[in-house]
Amino acid sequence: MPPLVFANDAPTAAERLKDASGVALIALLLGIPMIGLTTADQGGSLQVLTRWPLLAAFIAASFCGRLVVRYLLDALKRRRQAQDRQAGATAAKETRRGGRMLESIGWLAFGLALVLPIVFSDNRYVVDTATTVLIYVMLGWGLNVVVGLAGLLDLGHVAFYAVGAYAYALLSTQFGWGFWAALPVAGIIAGVFGLALGWPSLRLRGDYLAIVTLGFGEIIRVVLINWTDFSGGPNGISSIPRPTFFGLPFVPSSDNPTFATYFGLEFSPMHRIIFLYYVILVLSLLTNVLVKRLRRLPIGRAWEAVREDEIACKALGMNVTNAKLSAFALGAMLGGVAGVFFAARQGFISPESFTFNESAIILAIVVLGGMGSQLGVVLASVVLVLLPELGRDFAEYRMLLFGAAMILIMVWRPGGILSHREPTLRLSPEGGRRE
Amino acid sequence: MSSEVAVPLLSVERLTMRFGGLAAIDDLSLDVPPGKITGVIGPNGAGKTTFFNCLTGFYKPTVGSVRLNHPERGVLRLEDLPSHQVAHTAQVVRTFQNIRLFPKMTVLENLIVAQHNVLQKASRFSLAGILGLPSYRRAEAQAVAKAVDWLTRLGLIDKADTAAGDLPYGTQRRIEIARALCVDPLLLCLDEPAAGLNPRESGELNELLLRLVADEGLTILLIEHDMSVVMNVSNHICVLNYGRKIAEGTPKQMQNDPNVIKAYLGEEEADELLYGEKSGESAGVTP
Repeated sequence: MPPLVFANDAPTAAERLKDASGVALIALLLGIPMIGLTTADQGGSLQVLTRWPLLAAFIAASFCGRLVVRYLLDALKRRRQAQDRQAGATAAKETRRGGRMLESIGWLAFGLALVLPIVFSDNRYVVDTATTVLIYVMLGWGLNVVVGLAGLLDLGHVAFYAVGAYAYALLSTQFGWGFWAALPVAGIIAGVFGLALGWPSLRLRGDYLAIVTLGFGEIIRVVLINWTDFSGGPNGISSIPRPTFFGLPFVPSSDNPTFATYFGLEFSPMHRIIFLYYVILVLSLLTNVLVKRLRRLPIGRAWEAVREDEIACKALGMNVTNAKLSAFALGAMLGGVAGVFFAARQGFISPESFTFNESAIILAIVVLGGMGSQLGVVLASVVLVLLPELGRDFAEYRMLLFGAAMILIMVWRPGGILSHREPTLRLSPEGGRRE
Repeated sequence: MSSEVAVPLLSVERLTMRFGGLAAIDDLSLDVPPGKITGVIGPNGAGKTTFFNCLTGFYKPTVGSVRLNHPERGVLRLEDLPSHQVAHTAQVVRTFQNIRLFPKMTVLENLIVAQHNVLQKASRFSLAGILGLPSYRRAEAQAVAKAVDWLTRLGLIDKADTAAGDLPYGTQRRIEIARALCVDPLLLCLDEPAAGLNPRESGELNELLLRLVADEGLTILLIEHDMSVVMNVSNHICVLNYGRKIAEGTPKQMQNDPNVIKAYLGEEEADELLYGEKSGESAGVTP
């Protein structure tokens, strides 16, 4: 094979032809047995036939195809180099403008999210799917604190999701707690689990931490399956109470006032669906505001500094353990809150919902979105939830499509969809004191 | 040897650090006087960086003690403190031989992270910070002012909003020093600050170090290979070889010390230089 990457200058016509000829030669060698020769059954005996014209067509196609592909790749490379040169010149201004553009995209996404259930008020499927997206957005934002900001690879985030979900399920079915009362409590319980896991394991780094968290995720699931008295085992917990609208339930009829009777509306199951959508929207927006603010505080800067260089942090007098623990606990708490919502929305949970698959998807959302980028998480959640949904029609190719999309994104944008990092504070309002 | 009357800021006594059978530091005693620059030199592998790691809590020495006479907190035993307490409580701050900045964060952010403990306290477990209370805002403004002050003095102010990792090597070295200064060190330990600098830059480094001692009353402990730096700025030099202190004294004394010359040039060449030609004057560690 001729080398795939040419020198910096554009290749000459001769080089292009040579490159394509090489590919054509390979096509020829492979093609002779595979295309050129074929067997056919003629009068009961097997005969070898030749198909030279077809082979010639294939070789011609690979020759031309190589020329085109090569040309496109070169053009792409040149364009990227030109961009890099430009970017170097006006880096500070660029990042400033990039930050502003992302901000406006964020507001646009927020606006769309606000009106979505109004536009699709009679389409349950759309609102349901959007709710699922938002659950993953919230999970992604929670995990983003741990993985994206603090740089701790957590493969067992689903454990905290499960803790939150089961905490609400048990508090409500056993002790009659309401959704809103259980929400913070279950979040705190998940946060405590985060501390309990983090305390011994955060002295590990990178891969080792990933394995411990992976194990923790499995331990929680296996305990839930086997401790039947406590968690209902594989049967899970059913008839978990749904959230109410300030005490007004979403039911067709009741002795007490319901949401529909109180507001003089005709009962519609869509009311609950839309209400749930807004609940998760508010929860995830609160998460977003919280994480954004924390990022600009000492603790948030400490998380990022730990990600960048732990040893330097120690040399500057920072208690690295505290910084990591706080990130881990906060991520766990946010995961737990998302779990409460999940349990309340489904009305039924079982250990089946909290497999490693979920952890992998949440991590994929954070990594694909661009580590540390809040908006990136939203885009990645939309992609990763909608892709399998769109793929339902050709179910057997779903995972293939999913994998291909992931590979494409990683090739196209190795730093994630949005790898822009906005500084937590600037000296001058206009992108550095440059001329 | 020296006529120091002041109490040493740092006294290292019989420090030994063993890794398995190897003694990277062997029975080292050293006093670091306050308000002075003390140089630590020695050939590669002499144990200089290991010595720093023992001082700053990254290694726990096998034997020996490292005591710091803190003007407010009394005598602190550095070997018992975890590394972040060495910087926070004892105010002994170090830089690294291979620069350790936070590359994706801006220069200003790097310097703000160095003031983490002050700011974290002001943010009251982040609550005051989240609510944006004036007490926290004031603390942050002060931290920024301090960072700006050091950036201005070190000629880095126009780089404040650039990601630290995007800057040239020499600039990164200066940023690392500026960042260490933001921790308010009593003792600043610089591990080869001139490595990779061109002659003009190391000249500027000399000036900076002398200015820090003169203006700020800082005490500096300096590991350096660049003789033009270490010989010009140090008040006192300690020479290590194979983990042992082989000589100690003023730069002039060290330049003419036969043991030091032997350690640097090897036995034979040193003999030749010292005794072979009888010029006497030419003997010395040339820059």
